[in-house]
Amino acid sequence: MTITPFSRRGFLKGGAALAGASALGTLPSLAQADSHGLTVGFIYVGPKDDFGYNQAHAEGAAAVKMMDGVTVVEEENVAETVDVQKSMESMISFDSAALLFPTSFGYFDPHILEVAPKYPDVRFQHAAGLWSADKHPMNVGSYFGYIGLGQYLNGIVAGHMSKSKKLGFVAAKPIPQVLQNINSYLLGARQVDPTITCQVIFTGEWSLAVKEAEATNALADAGCDVITCHVDGPKVVMETAAGRGAYVCGYHANQSPLAPEKYLTGAEWNWPGVYTRMVQTVLDGGTIDNFDRGGLAEGYIKMSPLGSAVTDAARAQFEATKAEMLKGNFAAYKGPLKDNAGNTILGAGDSLVETDISLESMDYLVEGVIGSTS
Amino acid sequence: MTEADLGLWAIPVAILGGAIRVSTPFLFVSLGEVLTERSGRINLGLEGTLVFGAMAGYALAYETGSPWIGVLAAAFAGSLFGLFHGLICSLPRVNDIAIGIALMLLGMGLAFFFGKPYIQPVAPDLPSIGFGGWSDLPQVQAALRVNVLFLIGIAAAIALWWMFRATRIGLLIRVVGDSTDAARAMGLRPAVIRTLATAAGGAFAGVGGAYLSLFYPGSWNEGISSGQGLMAVALVIFARWNPLACFWAAILFGGAGALGPALQSVGVSEGYYLFYAAPYVLTLGVLIVTSSPTRAMTGAPGELSITK
Amino acid sequence: MADQNPSRGGEKILSPDGWLAALAQRSEAVVLPMGALLAGLAAFGLFLLILGKSPADFYALVYKAGFGTAFSWQNTLSRTAPLLFAALCVALPARLGLVVIGGEGAIVLGGVACGALAGSVSGLPGPLAIPLLALAGALVAGLWIGAVGALRHYRGVNETIASLLMAYIAIALMNHLVEGPFRDPASLNKPSTAPLAAHLRIGDIPGWDVHWGLVVGILSCVVAWVLMERTTWGFAARIAGGNIRAAQVQGLPVGRLILGFTALGGAFAGIAGVFEVAAVHGSANASLASGYGYTGILVAFLARHNPLAIIPVAILLAGFEASSGLLQRRMDLPDATVLVLQGFVFVTILLSETLYGRLRIFSPARWRTNQ
Repeated sequence: MTITPFSRRGFLKGGAALAGASALGTLPSLAQADSHGLTVGFIYVGPKDDFGYNQAHAEGAAAVKMMDGVTVVEEENVAETVDVQKSMESMISFDSAALLFPTSFGYFDPHILEVAPKYPDVRFQHAAGLWSADKHPMNVGSYFGYIGLGQYLNGIVAGHMSKSKKLGFVAAKPIPQVLQNINSYLLGARQVDPTITCQVIFTGEWSLAVKEAEATNALADAGCDVITCHVDGPKVVMETAAGRGAYVCGYHANQSPLAPEKYLTGAEWNWPGVYTRMVQTVLDGGTIDNFDRGGLAEGYIKMSPLGSAVTDAARAQFEATKAEMLKGNFAAYKGPLKDNAGNTILGAGDSLVETDISLESMDYLVEGVIGSTS
Repeated sequence: MTEADLGLWAIPVAILGGAIRVSTPFLFVSLGEVLTERSGRINLGLEGTLVFGAMAGYALAYETGSPWIGVLAAAFAGSLFGLFHGLICSLPRVNDIAIGIALMLLGMGLAFFFGKPYIQPVAPDLPSIGFGGWSDLPQVQAALRVNVLFLIGIAAAIALWWMFRATRIGLLIRVVGDSTDAARAMGLRPAVIRTLATAAGGAFAGVGGAYLSLFYPGSWNEGISSGQGLMAVALVIFARWNPLACFWAAILFGGAGALGPALQSVGVSEGYYLFYAAPYVLTLGVLIVTSSPTRAMTGAPGELSITK
Repeated sequence: MADQNPSRGGEKILSPDGWLAALAQRSEAVVLPMGALLAGLAAFGLFLLILGKSPADFYALVYKAGFGTAFSWQNTLSRTAPLLFAALCVALPARLGLVVIGGEGAIVLGGVACGALAGSVSGLPGPLAIPLLALAGALVAGLWIGAVGALRHYRGVNETIASLLMAYIAIALMNHLVEGPFRDPASLNKPSTAPLAAHLRIGDIPGWDVHWGLVVGILSCVVAWVLMERTTWGFAARIAGGNIRAAQVQGLPVGRLILGFTALGGAFAGIAGVFEVAAVHGSANASLASGYGYTGILVAFLARHNPLAIIPVAILLAGFEASSGLLQRRMDLPDATVLVLQGFVFVTILLSETLYGRLRIFSPARWRTNQ
């Protein structure tokens, strides 16, 4: 009968733990961070410098770091599982964080919703969550920007610059935010030329370099000459598309350093202003709105400076439309509008303004988009 | 540059282009593994070596401004991993499959660890040569824009084939791989030869990784590899340890990888995940067809642990 | 690799002169892995030192965030459950000498099965429906890894490569199903199966922030140990693991053993997926593939494929993973640091295999006083 290693291992481990405990007492106290004032935590699902989604949030965090009386703690590459729950709790327990920004969509349900009720004094701010008063705790809030407007402006410039009249879109997954971007891109382009089409290819992953490169090449092969994307890190798409001689429109953040001659413009998040405002609200003792949205006019999104290749005609229409948007309540979706399977979305005279909540559950691709949602 | 509308012809053109673009890492890793396995050792850690090579190549290319220095750095790093694998496996009672897995994890971990500062910067690309000048179609030109490493890989495949067939070194490696006892009887030191072969194999894998980060997709991030290192090991079995066959197998797998996006671009988008799984299914299918429970596979080196 | 413990078992040394010899012999199986673990930690410490970071700070933080406070313990334990199951998926086939590393795929498919079928059993009461879902998940995952075993036995396909390929295929399949046929139309921005009805959710152990998967996982390890050490099946598998051809010649039902052990390993991993869906996420979606299967490989090897040893080892590794966040925030170390640490430990553990039976200090002959 062999005595298993289990019991001995447990004993030895216990001994090690005791030794460790005594050692801890003599080491510099790294375990407790100094917190002066408010500690704000940011959690990213990917790397902070991905030239894309996470970088945009990190730029917002960087702005918050510069505020007086605020300490910022950050964690990258946190998976949408128990990991993020524990990251949030760790920031609360060890860093005394009172305001958290878990920035990936997948963190909301069930993770934030699980953790928030346990810490009623901590505020959880989530990007793009569909917070509603009757279902969700009050110490959770959701915010988002109408970046579809940015893609609409991308589309206007693309419509002018495209010679083949075929645009390309590398998309991750067919979820409403992505579909809205694809549709807005095409609708913007169709303001210039109603016959323009947009080919979309879904990679199936938020971040998979090889598939993004293949998709871009396939789009270029199919004749698309202005390409944009909605993936977490647009770096590969931008570089590959420019390498194939196509123009590119950016997304999430400013990718112009990657392809200076081919970069037309880009739809970017403008989180620094939004985050500093939210943090200031908390510092002043106030409460952030639970459901916060804004577009170009409110400064939630911004456009990259127009590239050198952009023609004057494109520039003029871009500026004119942007001025319209800055008045607020812009309607990119105007009837009569059909989807690409022939169904009617909007009748003549109807329209959907940027604030319309039904946009956040979009499940169709408009007529002129080549590709399908499933 | 206006692209003509190729219609359904876009699919074979895309597959050709994909086959050339995507096959290069497969080619290099499988050539490296052929070298290792012919000497009687299996190195499953090449996935980790590939990823580390990608990171090292990108980092050095960025720091020095020359992609070729990056390639050399990747080869060197790969050879270190291979050497490490070889040395450890030379010790008695070490499970070389388990060590391969461990080095795969360690290689990936180290690559991600050191690669953090290199996610954002842009490193210079490796040059390519256009073989499609004869065609007016931009798509064909793009598909036939062949990277220099691809050409080097072809040359390496031929060189390895020749080496095994007709040179003394090739014979020594084959003897060590087929029978340790016979090798010792000949006065050779099997452990040394195997270790060197594994190191060289690692160098090849490192170069394959450098291709990924310095040409296609041409960027460094943590998702750069999707199992190419592992598929290449299966590819070697499929190719019956013949370097020339490795080339054709790599082309086949590269084409399979391009299938998904190519189909979507002509409108076939149902179930695109399943198409993306095509390379793995193909690899598995190939393994099933070429393996046998009773006979050692023809051409298998006698000392290889997975075929004994 | 079959258990390499050179102790021949059953050798009872009763005389007082012989207890030292017995101790020496049996402690090899504990001291060597522990020593290897410490060597790995020391090597990693050296690595940190070369990079200008303090190993003392590092390990203090690991301790603090993994085991130092009540919160840390809950963090660690909530990560332990899936590792227990994933490690069994490696350890059970390892008894037969098979190296199966595709547990990730089994976890994912087990979760999908649970998420997809939850709707059909929602009419049943919880105590009936939940075990049914667990069974479904275990069945699907068991078939998946059992297929790897079948390929190995009937076609001689290398199971390591096959299982990893099957893992990639399983993840692609999961994505396809979760975004396509099984998708809940209301799950807009994160495609998932329909959320589980409330009575089908598995809750936490009372008073703790850790779900019941931990308990089931520990019990599974015990069951696996009993199977391996106390049944004829386990004994037969051990013999087969030494040399499959010889076992076949001796008439052992090698095929059934291979199929049985791989399927059972897969079934355990499938249960991990079920817990991920029923206790953590509430539905099946892409978050099921989060790397537990791969960490489980290390747990199994570190525990030398002994199911009881898997328990403390899984806790230890879960503790490392739990500390990753604090390491990022305090020492500015990338999240990959824990992966590197695990790699170091994995390598040293495997290196230590070479020392079994070679160190005289463990040889009973050296300690026997009655020659």
